[in-house]
Amino acid sequence: MKPRLVIIGNGMAGMRAVEELLEAAPGVYDITVFGAEPNVNYNRIMLSPLLAGEKSFEDIVINGRNWYADNGIVLHMGAKIEFIDREAREVVSACGIRAKYDRLLIATGSDPFMLPIPGANLPGVVTFRDVMDVEKMLEASRTHKRAVVIGGGLLGLEAANGLRANGMQVSVIHLMPTLMERQLDEAAGYLLQRELESRGIEINTRANSKEIYGKDKAEGILLDDGRRIDADLVVMAVGIKPSVTLAKASGLTCERGIVVDDHMVTSDPAILAVGECVQHRGAVYGLVAPLFDMAKVVARQLANDADSAYSGSVTNTRLKVSGIDLFSAGDFSDAEGTEDIILRDAHRGVYKRLVLKENRIRGAVLYGDTADGGWYFQMLRDGQDISAIRDSLIFGQSFAGGGASQNPSSAVAALPDTAEICGCNGVCKGKIVTAITTHGLTSLEDVRGKTKASASCGSCTGLVEHLLALTLGDQYTAGEASKPICKCTELTHDDVRRLILARELKSIPAVMQELQWKSANGCSTCRPALNYYLVCDWPGEYVDDYQSRFINERAHANIQKDGTYSVVPRMWGGLTNAKELRAIADVVDKFNIPTVKVTGGQRIDLLGVKKEQLPDVWRDLNASGLVSGHAYGKALRTVKTCVGSEWCRFGTQASLSMGVKIEKMTWGSWTPHKVKMAVSGCPRNCAEATIKDFGVVAVDSGWELHVGGNGGIKVRVTDLLCKVETEAEVLEYCGAFMQLYRQEAHYLERTAPWLERVGLNHIREKIVDDTESRARLYARFLMSQTFVQKDPWAERASEGVHAHEFKQLAMAG
Amino acid sequence: MSEWLEIGVIADIPRLGARALTINGVKIAIFRTADDEIFGLEDRCPHKDGPLSQGIVHGRSVACPLHNQVFHLDSGMGADPDDGCARTIQVRLTGGRIYIASGAGQQAAE
Ligand code: SRM
Ligand SMILES: Cc1cc2nc3c(=O)[nH]c(=O)nc-3n(C[C@H](O)[C@H](O)[C@H](O)COP(=O)(O)OP(=O)(O)OC[C@H]3O[C@@H](n4cnc5c(N)ncnc54)[C@H](O)[C@@H]3O)c2cc1C
Ligand code: SF4
Ligand code: FES
Repeated sequence: MKPRLVIIGNGMAGMRAVEELLEAAPGVYDITVFGAEPNVNYNRIMLSPLLAGEKSFEDIVINGRNWYADNGIVLHMGAKIEFIDREAREVVSACGIRAKYDRLLIATGSDPFMLPIPGANLPGVVTFRDVMDVEKMLEASRTHKRAVVIGGGLLGLEAANGLRANGMQVSVIHLMPTLMERQLDEAAGYLLQRELESRGIEINTRANSKEIYGKDKAEGILLDDGRRIDADLVVMAVGIKPSVTLAKASGLTCERGIVVDDHMVTSDPAILAVGECVQHRGAVYGLVAPLFDMAKVVARQLANDADSAYSGSVTNTRLKVSGIDLFSAGDFSDAEGTEDIILRDAHRGVYKRLVLKENRIRGAVLYGDTADGGWYFQMLRDGQDISAIRDSLIFGQSFAGGGASQNPSSAVAALPDTAEICGCNGVCKGKIVTAITTHGLTSLEDVRGKTKASASCGSCTGLVEHLLALTLGDQYTAGEASKPICKCTELTHDDVRRLILARELKSIPAVMQELQWKSANGCSTCRPALNYYLVCDWPGEYVDDYQSRFINERAHANIQKDGTYSVVPRMWGGLTNAKELRAIADVVDKFNIPTVKVTGGQRIDLLGVKKEQLPDVWRDLNASGLVSGHAYGKALRTVKTCVGSEWCRFGTQASLSMGVKIEKMTWGSWTPHKVKMAVSGCPRNCAEATIKDFGVVAVDSGWELHVGGNGGIKVRVTDLLCKVETEAEVLEYCGAFMQLYRQEAHYLERTAPWLERVGLNHIREKIVDDTESRARLYARFLMSQTFVQKDPWAERASEGVHAHEFKQLAMAG
Repeated sequence: MSEWLEIGVIADIPRLGARALTINGVKIAIFRTADDEIFGLEDRCPHKDGPLSQGIVHGRSVACPLHNQVFHLDSGMGADPDDGCARTIQVRLTGGRIYIASGAGQQAAE
């Protein structure tokens, strides 16, 4: 039997140690993990962007359920360990789960510190430590207006910024005269305060909280100078303390934290500890970089490399408030024998200060331009003598380092291989470049996967991208998905889609205002995209902005090269009849339509209609029951069918009526790009279902569902999604697939590139594996359809909608 | 000198939209921006004659409906100078009424 390893704490340090262990000595232990939070392992640092609406929970998961399963790890979520029975070598959870161990790793992190003032335990007072705290804050921001944040340190300011981004009025209460006084000097603290105030956050320094008042819930805060600040939400972010209760109760030696030696072993040789809960050589830490260093040592100890040892870390800090660049490292108190080098550029809002002692960097504070943070930090840690470059040191590496160029890419090129790129994970330039060349990495995601660089706080992402570009040259193109929508914004399609939902933005001006569009009213790239996202996300509420649609969708017909239009009525499942054909023939005669053509989509195209004629043509077609075929739209186009078992001697199912049912359900739907479907009655596949966005192929026992195909310049054959038995299932899967595509794809991304971007597994998880998710998507699709299944031709031909579109301006008089 | 012909009121054109009209056989596009400025261009894209009146209006520009080239409404110049220039038509907005220079048709047809 393998030795048993139990880990208490499913957080950043604990799981990093497991990752390192799996790499150093795979399969050596039977691993069981207990986590008090009801979640998989996620990136706690990213709670700030999660709160600000810049990331979703899925974005910040580090190891999903699959990771535990794939590595044979037993995970107990929502299972807090209450007791360690060191004699029996067994842990016991609050809900009664027991697990025996041979080695135990404690990684319980920290607890937020609560000020012992009256009212501190009223409802409405929250801390900022885990996902549940973020949910509470988001919930409060939806129903309430005013928040107070106690604490002007890193956590408090990130909370304040996030709440402000969610539309709350925020006041920060800070005891000290300047913000983040432990990381910043006064000048930088002032610049930071000014910037936050300009974003509408009220800052009260030298303010001491005395009491939180309120009857059944927090209603505000009283300061000891008598000031009262009303608030519905009070965030307590005054510090953290190592979580040692469990270790102490089990008799392990604890002081401020759980005491460990250089091998990360506690006072019990079978028990190791890692992360914020430990105290090593008298120090406790509150940032991830040291924890990751510790995790490496823990893994090697567990892999029986007795020599590995941890010797402490020097840390640096960056604030994760988008748009504020701030870096701090080391010590900058005015000690004897220290000298300062300071650079101020008020115009650019830049402040840099280096504290030197005996020609070595002892501390660094950078505000407004932090590009050289990593370089200074490196020299600080190495204790490098800087006398030779002292004169130009403050101007940064590209200047001091010789190459006078200010171009960031050549600055990165100039870095030595040993330069640290990712501070969180301690990854240096050489390691990244080697990983790119030896493993053939081509994207940021690849580099994160292989080296962990840029996978934690993300502030080195730009550097990593420069390295990719330098190493791969022309072969590297930043992923389409990470590019801004257009030059009116820095945000990507995904960012915008998420923020529209998170901030409940319901009009194009609201999106542009709140997300700080750089142009007055967008351009012909972003406006149609935004209009689609809003149509998709707020069915029935959003008023479609037709001025943001391309002419074809505005005129409900396809513009031709001579400025005339083509008209394609819907033929459900490719089926027509004498009455419809007669109506088409009559319209062609009456309006002198020059060309009539059978399309590649099993219907009839009337080409060369003048714009002014469109409403009249439609009225005549409507009279015989013909409606718009949306041949002009980013919308459901056609559902092609073959004759199927209704007629064909090989047919196994009624493909024709199946196709008609699908088309009746999906017509009118607006989608990121056009959507085409087909139903074939047997695997001979005469309807070409396997190059459609959604293709159905009948087999003896039911229906195969295929997704993500298209014709076009780059033909893509579908992937098999799954097999179902009944017609009702075909409809449900089809509707759910449509909705998932509508919700997730970028505007102008067809199902094929979308599928390749998110992966077939993702689509299977949402539609095949998870019954509830499928039902939800399907219901949402049907709900959305109730608002759009109105024939746009009828509205314009008979109800006068958008009449101006089809008439020339009249001359007055 | 030119006389001014009334061609309609500002409400006839949707914001960020355009309307077309024909004078002396010449097709003309009248645009309205988000700030209620009015501009006129000959309704013919210098690229392949696309009807500019059918394009998407943004800022003080319009994107041609056929191949998406962008033109400034005030000067008719392509946003990319290689795309050429659409002919401008003089228009005037007074008290919510839109007027066009009476010679506009000939001028454009020259
Ligand atoms: C009319 C029609 C050709 C015909 O005479 O048969 C046609 C005409 C056009 N196709 Fe198509 N396609 C037509 C069937 C197809 C098919 C066949 C099919 O649907 O089974 C395909 C391949 C299948 C597919 O889409 O995956 C097809 C692949 C394309 C593509 C390439 C799509 C891609 O993802 O790569 C484009 C370009 C685009 O959409 O960006 C395109 C674009 C166009 C446009 C819209 C080009 C344009 O912007 O003006 C043409 C509009 C003409 C008009 O004004 O009516 N058409 N086009 C067919 C109309 C079908 C209908 O009843 O609605
Ligand atoms: C909002 C926020 C922003 C931050 N930003 C940064 C940053 O920019 N840079 C940086 O370096 N650091 C940052 N940090 C700090 C960083 O997140 C922590 O240093 C890191 O998460 C500590 O890792 P850990 O594993 O020791 O503790 P945690 O990640 O907290 O993990 C401990 C886990 O153990 C669980 N646990 C506790 N007791 C028990 C028990 N008895 N039984 C079972 N499970 C238990 C807890 O529920 C928790 O999930 C930030 C922290 C927060 C909250
Ligand atoms: S194949 Fe090309 S030319 Fe023919 S209809 Fe399609 S887009 Fe137009
Ligand atoms: S005709 Fe205007 S861009 Fe081609």
